[in-house]
Amino acid sequence: MTAVATPRRPARATVLARLVPGGVGRGSWRVVERNGVAYSRQWYVFLTGFLEPALYLLSIGIGVGGLVGKIPVGGGQSVSYKEFVAPGLMAAAAMNGAVLDTTFNFFLKFKYAHTFDAMLATPLRVADVAVGETTWALLRGALYSTVFLLTMLVFGLVESWWAILAIPGGLLIGFAFAGAGIMGTTFMRSWLDFDFVNLAIIPMFLFSAVFFPITQYPDVVATIVRLTPLYQGVVLERAFVLGDVSWILLVHAAYLFVMGAVCLRIATNRLAPLLQP
Amino acid sequence: MPAITHAPVMRVLEREWVVWRRLWRGSVFSYVVAPVLYLAAMGLGLGDLVQKGTGDVAGVSYLDFVTPGLMAASAVMMAAGESLWPVMAGVKWMGTYHAAVSTPIESDDVYIGTLLWTGVRTLLSATIFLAIAAVLGGVPSLWGVAAIPAAVLGALAISAPMVAWAVTQESDGPFAVVMRIVVFPLFLFSGTFFPVSRLPDAIEWIAFLSPLWHAVELCRGATTGGAAGANTLGAVVLHVVVLGTWIAVGVYFGVRTFRRVLTQ
Repeated sequence: MTAVATPRRPARATVLARLVPGGVGRGSWRVVERNGVAYSRQWYVFLTGFLEPALYLLSIGIGVGGLVGKIPVGGGQSVSYKEFVAPGLMAAAAMNGAVLDTTFNFFLKFKYAHTFDAMLATPLRVADVAVGETTWALLRGALYSTVFLLTMLVFGLVESWWAILAIPGGLLIGFAFAGAGIMGTTFMRSWLDFDFVNLAIIPMFLFSAVFFPITQYPDVVATIVRLTPLYQGVVLERAFVLGDVSWILLVHAAYLFVMGAVCLRIATNRLAPLLQP
Repeated sequence: MPAITHAPVMRVLEREWVVWRRLWRGSVFSYVVAPVLYLAAMGLGLGDLVQKGTGDVAGVSYLDFVTPGLMAASAVMMAAGESLWPVMAGVKWMGTYHAAVSTPIESDDVYIGTLLWTGVRTLLSATIFLAIAAVLGGVPSLWGVAAIPAAVLGALAISAPMVAWAVTQESDGPFAVVMRIVVFPLFLFSGTFFPVSRLPDAIEWIAFLSPLWHAVELCRGATTGGAAGANTLGAVVLHVVVLGTWIAVGVYFGVRTFRRVLTQ
């Protein structure tokens, strides 16, 4: 009964909402709610995703790790390979999840299922859709990052309390790649263009210090790798999990935040004419 | 398998070929670029760490060890992906299977033709992979050529049962789950990146069931010239028999499930 009497409060502006033009109200939460309901039928797909960190850590961490000696991580320190690779895999998982959600799934809703056309036939605006879809990708990412960290804890790979920050770290990686994913998808013409997604993601996954340190590269290559977004994420997650925290991490975090914000803004501007011609 | 000797199965193959001829450009990445990237990262990058760590793996350098693993894995993984969603497209989304059986083509032809097409594509991708690997120095023996039919055999061994099952599904919901809890673990635990003997005994048995492990062992025996992997006649025969069994079981069920679904 009290719920009826409560006056409607004005929509709360989130940080995310200020980044996109037009201002975003509760509409974006409706989009999140819609996705939650739609996915609740596929809860088992979610659940099997929780196994992935354990499989990766067993195979790459323990299996391959048994073949590899200690890895130097700067400051004269060195760690075992499983400790080295685990935070890298966590960062890569955050990237992959965000990209999958905002490219393949976004395109499907955009072009084939006409989900966004249906949304815009309601009081929702284009910015609500862009922010709502990004928020959804982030919530999923936060859940998976938490499961990943807990799995690492079970495997005994967490070194310090700073590791808690790896969850917001994963969120930041997810934000950067979700923004880039939605922006990229506004340029896609057909499924064939998705080869470009793999072309961007697989080299980053393989060469951004997830599996081996960049000290193995020639200087020129190392410099290029240092500029990639996944490398920022790997540095961030590895520092948190190993408890090797310094102020320089703010630069890596800022890189990811600015990347996500700029991409999301461009995406919203491009989506408006595409969805409301 | 009475269907193979008849012409209709070739019509199914031809249809796939005509479509692919228009769309092949999309596969340049997975056929050419991805092998280069994986071999460079795992064989050279990670290989460098392994050489500094334990040194040789199973008696060969890590590059020589991982190259046949990646070759077999790329064939088997590609075949697995091709055996789910495209089958759903054929039977539900686009209806090409139903279109085929409304002609003199029978359901058996559709199933066998689909498998043969997977074989043809794997033949092509495995040949390209081997050539790239040889240039990067991961194929020390001329016996390596024998890894091509081994990779094709592995691809068919996973494809035959998966296609047989996929055609019976009402939606693609379970596919993501199968990829995650069946196919993906096979990729990680089939001796691709490290010897299965390093696994706990409880998990090691997965490898012995996995078509990928048998394909990896055959490929590894071939590319290393018997320095690692399957290097006795007995071992080669055993792996071929296991892969052949997977194909036979797949075909036994596939012919039946396709007949049931497509002739109603």
